Amino acid sequence: MKYEGRLYKLSLLIFILILIVFWQGFYFLAVDVLQLSKPYTVPSPLGVGERFLDLLSNGTLPEATLQSLGRGILGYAIAIVIGAVIGLLIHHFYYLQKNLKPMLLGLQTLPSVCWVPFSILWFGLSTNAILFVVVMGTAFSISISVDNAIKNVPPIYVKAGLTMGATKSQLYWDVILPACLPELVSGLKQGWSFAWRALMAGEVMTTSIGLGQTLITGRDLADINQVMLVMLVIVLVGLLIDKCIFSAIEHRMLKKRGLLSE
Amino acid sequence: MSLIIRGLSKQFQGSDEHTLQNINLEIASGEFVCVVGTSGCGKSTLLNLIAGLENPTEGEILLDGEKITKPGAERTVMFQDHGLFPWLNVIENVKFGMKINGVAKELQEEKALHYLKLVNLYDYRDYPIHQLSGGMRQRTALARALTMDSKILLMDEPFASLDKQTSNRLREELQRIWLETQRTIFFITHSVEEAVYLADRVVVLSPETHSIRDIISINLERPRHIYSPEFIELRHRILDEVRGEAI
Ligand SMILES: Nc1ncnc2c1ncn2[C@@H]1O[C@H](COP(=O)(O)OP(=O)(O)O)[C@@H](O)[C@H]1O
Ligand SMILES: [Mg+2]
Repeated sequence: MKYEGRLYKLSLLIFILILIVFWQGFYFLAVDVLQLSKPYTVPSPLGVGERFLDLLSNGTLPEATLQSLGRGILGYAIAIVIGAVIGLLIHHFYYLQKNLKPMLLGLQTLPSVCWVPFSILWFGLSTNAILFVVVMGTAFSISISVDNAIKNVPPIYVKAGLTMGATKSQLYWDVILPACLPELVSGLKQGWSFAWRALMAGEVMTTSIGLGQTLITGRDLADINQVMLVMLVIVLVGLLIDKCIFSAIEHRMLKKRGLLSE
Repeated sequence: MSLIIRGLSKQFQGSDEHTLQNINLEIASGEFVCVVGTSGCGKSTLLNLIAGLENPTEGEILLDGEKITKPGAERTVMFQDHGLFPWLNVIENVKFGMKINGVAKELQEEKALHYLKLVNLYDYRDYPIHQLSGGMRQRTALARALTMDSKILLMDEPFASLDKQTSNRLREELQRIWLETQRTIFFITHSVEEAVYLADRVVVLSPETHSIRDIISINLERPRHIYSPEFIELRHRILDEVRGEAI
């Protein structure tokens, strides 16, 4: 199993290298030899690498990444609190369950970028405008997963708790919460991916320092390599948090409960 | 301890017939009462009513003179599907009920270990639930139920999903534990053999009238031998009543 895991990582690495080689080859052929397009319209691995070193050494990239991450985490945290409260309300009140939940489900189809005009009118081109977009793009998905997670708790756990004399709050904290934790974490993980996308939508449209703005600067300077570089960084940071935090917690929890076949 | 069931009827909302009708039964302290009946005749419903997980349509259940209206620790239930928590290991599960009832930590440990020894799971105390066999899970659930010191222990077909050999062993152990601990047990089963083996009295529920068809006292000495003539005779007699052949 371990060997297979390592082998897989190796093959993935080789695949990425092949991809980069092809990319550079394509650039060489299309831009340098056949001159089909102008150099500033096609990114190349070497160009991206060069920009990476530039932006790293002058501090732009680390600064932008940290700013974006901090803002993303703050917005995500606010979304969790609001989402959890709405989720619990939906779960508790049948009336909301029947009427509000379908609307929240409907809102899921609205791309978070659609909140941008609204937020700029309310908050101006500020950080708060970005946070608003993140919260609106994330909170409802969290409410829905909180409600679903509680609903999917097997009734026998609740009955067991009750017949051992659990009070209402003990039932929530000691039975329902741990019982729905795995589903909750996967809901939070999905929420994070929404938050990260909404963050970029917000950053691109406003003016605060961050990855989104670095991307727009690349466009304004007609620097396709910078654009490509920032896109890669956005993917990598989003992925890193997903894998290193959420997937790791999920994996550990499922393994402890024997819900993972190895 | 005394449990009195008086004129108890239950009709579920949306259902046009009664699940239970006019049930009257008294259970004395230290008694082992088994309820048998065909599947769907209302056994679990009766147990849930005593547990307080359901409310009666008519009649009442009194525990030491007090009317039962909601679930509580003095009427712990052991379920067919154990109801253990997969996020806790064996001993944590056993301690759970004591923990939420504010039992002191040292006492929790002491009692948990005591009952784990009683159900022969001492060596498995740190195992996660998913690594236990079905029989071991039921033992864990039994240990957890015993720690509650309930006035009456309610068991809903606790051995029904185990293989025959394991369930036979567990019923022997349950009997040993019952003799040692002097608990009052209300035990539901669809196996007449299990009922005759364990019970002081066997209550037969009728699927036609949804009420008690008969209550049979089992005056055989323990441990009982399932191949003894008296045992076989009682078993056949009760089996006929369950099937509705003898009236
Ligand atoms: N929550 C419920 N709502 C409606 N009907 C129920 C409910 N629980 C049980 N019943 C009905 O009551 C009858 C008795 O069920 P149950 O007590 O589980 O039987 P048993 O345990 O003897 O097999 C069944 O017909 C079942 O469909
Ligand atoms: Mg049943």
